[in-house]
Amino acid sequence: MKGKLTRRTMLRGMLGGTAVGVGLPLLNCFLNENGTAFATGAPLPPLFVSWFQNLGFNPGRWKPETLGAGYQNNVELKVLDPFRDRMNVISGLRYFMDGRPLETHVSGVQIATMGSLPLGAQSDPSLDTAIADVIGARNRYRSLEIALSGGRQSLSRRRGGAVNPSEPSPAALYARLFGADFRDPNDAQFTPDVQVMARRSVLSAVGDERRAMMQRLGTADRARLEEYFTSVRQIEQQLDLELQAPAPIAACRLPANRANEEDPGRAVAAVKQNNELFAELVAHAAACDQTRVFNVNFGTQGLRTPGGVRDWHSLTHEEPIDPVLGYQREVTWFIDFATATFAQFLHKLDRYQEGEGSVLDRSVVLWQTDHGYARTHTMDEVPALTIGGAGGRLRTGLHVNINGDPSTRVGLTVQQALGVPLNSWGRLSNQTSRTITEILA
Amino acid sequence: MSKQQGRTWRWLAGLATLGVVGVAVMALRPAPVSFEPGEAVTRRLSAEQYENIIRDLFGEDIELGGRFEPDMRVDGLFAIGASHVSISPAGMEQYDAMGRTVAAQVMAESHREALLPCQPQDASAFDEACARTFLQDVGLLLYRRPLTHSQLDSYVAAAQEANELLGDFYQSVGLSLAAMLASPSFLFFEEVTEPDPRNADHHRLDGYSKASQLSFFLWNSAPDRMLLDAAHNGELHTRSGLRRQVDRMLDSPRLEAGLRAFFADNYLFSDFETLAKDGQLFPKFSAQVAADAREQTLRTIMDVVLHRDADFREVFTTRRTFMTPELASVYRVPLFSEVPNGAPEGWHEYEFAADDPRGGILTQVAFTALHSPAGRSSPTLRGKALREVVLCQKVPAPPGDIDFTQFEDLANAEGSTARERLTAHSSVPSCAGCHKIMDPIGLAMEHFDGIGELRLTDNGVPIDPSGDLDGTSYDDADGLTQAVAQHPAATSCVVERLSARALGRLVARGERPWIKHLNDSFGDSGYRLRELLREISLSEALYTVTPTASDAGAVAALSTSPATLTLEDTP
Repeated sequence: MKGKLTRRTMLRGMLGGTAVGVGLPLLNCFLNENGTAFATGAPLPPLFVSWFQNLGFNPGRWKPETLGAGYQNNVELKVLDPFRDRMNVISGLRYFMDGRPLETHVSGVQIATMGSLPLGAQSDPSLDTAIADVIGARNRYRSLEIALSGGRQSLSRRRGGAVNPSEPSPAALYARLFGADFRDPNDAQFTPDVQVMARRSVLSAVGDERRAMMQRLGTADRARLEEYFTSVRQIEQQLDLELQAPAPIAACRLPANRANEEDPGRAVAAVKQNNELFAELVAHAAACDQTRVFNVNFGTQGLRTPGGVRDWHSLTHEEPIDPVLGYQREVTWFIDFATATFAQFLHKLDRYQEGEGSVLDRSVVLWQTDHGYARTHTMDEVPALTIGGAGGRLRTGLHVNINGDPSTRVGLTVQQALGVPLNSWGRLSNQTSRTITEILA
Repeated sequence: MSKQQGRTWRWLAGLATLGVVGVAVMALRPAPVSFEPGEAVTRRLSAEQYENIIRDLFGEDIELGGRFEPDMRVDGLFAIGASHVSISPAGMEQYDAMGRTVAAQVMAESHREALLPCQPQDASAFDEACARTFLQDVGLLLYRRPLTHSQLDSYVAAAQEANELLGDFYQSVGLSLAAMLASPSFLFFEEVTEPDPRNADHHRLDGYSKASQLSFFLWNSAPDRMLLDAAHNGELHTRSGLRRQVDRMLDSPRLEAGLRAFFADNYLFSDFETLAKDGQLFPKFSAQVAADAREQTLRTIMDVVLHRDADFREVFTTRRTFMTPELASVYRVPLFSEVPNGAPEGWHEYEFAADDPRGGILTQVAFTALHSPAGRSSPTLRGKALREVVLCQKVPAPPGDIDFTQFEDLANAEGSTARERLTAHSSVPSCAGCHKIMDPIGLAMEHFDGIGELRLTDNGVPIDPSGDLDGTSYDDADGLTQAVAQHPAATSCVVERLSARALGRLVARGERPWIKHLNDSFGDSGYRLRELLREISLSEALYTVTPTASDAGAVAALSTSPATLTLEDTP
């Protein structure tokens, strides 16, 4: 209540005192944790990118032969060679079902992202939201979700059944990021928008409804409404940011608004084209510090080539193993396509230079998948990849085998590296308190 | 006083009067069935409910300009998932933007005369009385109950502060309206309960929650003023008052929106959003065909259950349907119309001939194409959908560690049919159990390819569509749909799902006697869906809940001065 009055009083003061111009009297409630958004010379903040690709790789064709440093990428990871020194291959992950029925292509995703299987309204949040709350809580967007092959579902979810909707269209993402509400941090002149001030003020009336509502609700519903009010606060915070002059960011450049997107869908050509556009937007959004967390859902399940009777997923089950090659030929075409698409995404982040390094250099890109072998839905020998050292927070260039330990060791390690105060992560057999010390700097 | 002002005045005065005289609550008849109620739920508005409310309140021409957070399907229905979902930061961004887009249109010069009950003398100055009147009035409809004093004060004060910054009355009041559209009281339907005067162990929904329960169930939208009046004056707590409102609602044209929403939810029509077919294999399939197919099935159902008030089971067998030129091409049927150039447009009634393999919604494109992968048909998917969607039977997930090696050679052999390929399933015990309840059903529909177009052969071999459904054998799809219509689960499933939709949750164990009663009365009515809706709407089970620990606090919290609509409150 006190904060609201202070803000309203200040907004009135700005208007009454005609202090509208460059030097806004900033109150603490308008500042981020450092007091500066992104001062020149300060170390650039880490970024987190999750990349989920269902259906994984072929056994025997991705795992490097040797452990530790100096490993050589196996055939299905060859396309990632340009990043070899900056990535880690983690093998031997396992997803534990603890007696729950295996929902193929779903359970693995849940354990990988949430550390546990869902528990209804009490389901655990996905790890990207925990990371966003630490590294991106003061940004314009807590996180951005991208669906590479259409649809609105994302894998980013908060407790209480709040699933962040995905953006399937690069043009729509451009508008959201760099449209009318974008404030260029490098603009010489800053004039706070009175419309934004008014919106900020009015929104506090919504917050006023909180107490009475919370008193009435049962526990489960209260958790859901807490999530809702957290989301309201996020909007308030976006408006606060728009009301303060952003600190200049030397590397921030606006991307071109390219109109050549393909209709979002499951055809490989559309995925390839839109991936390139999305990657460019991600790089620019990161460089302009609009958000620090990105979640990309490759959406492999229904991926198809033109004229192909069966999609990738059907092929994993129905295509015979080629007796000469020893693996499924068409499935492997899709695997190679997916990894090449991922490499293309990484190249875009790597080509965006910020001073000494690139956007990729201060990122951790976490690549995960649902099964060790999609053809038989195995839940062990699952691979994971990390790319980028998050500005020195992770050691890279290693192949680590965790030998059947819970997959959550990877998620715990990445969360710790990015400053999430966690000693253990996951539930039941998927719980772990062991990080992968080899890669923690 | 303007004309609008006069209207509002009369309305408010009417409410106040009813408030005084409406205390004569009639004793309710004893419940026809005894049951143990479940718990109260809080639901997030669905995208469609949001759209319906905006349209009902502000008119057809208001654009939303936003994208909704995805709904979550739980136990087969979005209507149940609504009680599980919250709103994420990215979703909130959209609600915020939509609220402002809607409010800006309401306040625009083109709409304000019609939509605001009063206009300020000077558009740059803050007219508190007018702002209060409008926000109180619109708030009642959006929140589905009167705003409390503190809510109203808060939104009026917010508009006033905005006016100081913007110097524009309409913009400022519009921002308060936008905030209401992003508020929890609007976006969530919370069942507010009170002790049940007739049963100390139970709580009942308060009058306004009863009104919302009814209108979201029957209309898929918020209560109108008459229903809110009935809530206000206690009418909904009386048997005759409730019946009066339910009958009025069942006779309203808005019932169709409620029924369509139920069937679209139940038949998984949200999957049309991502339905795609391979253009090379199925050149006839387009976005227009998909949209028309969805609409065709909904029209067929509405024709049976609403316009003809016929036996519900006819939806599975009726040969009567509706066609567009695009659909006619997929169905390969002639479509004529008596227009000057002979080119048919829009929707036309169509009746399949008695010897046509088509009849009922299960043979329509919206079923056969929706439950097929992009490049072919799938008896297993269709069989699974029929079991789960139409008969409410759960098919277990496949075992995780399937080895397909034994089927692979056959699956890729030239000249093999789906039946031959699927027979392989029955050779593996862990597959056979489930596939034998799905595949025979789907195989009966193999005459319809991946987009639902008729074919007589598969891989060059004639298709054998015979099989049996839980003991009833049939020769083809026509026989299958007759078997479905006679299956007891086909009617109990719709009872179950409609009740769950009305409650916003699965039917609780203690409520089973109620469901049994509904099934009996559905049968007695000759399976008239309208009668079923009426029976559900008049059920005490819909409005009775088991109190939770926090309910004691709930009553206290709510009784903190609801804004009584007295004349002193208005300018």
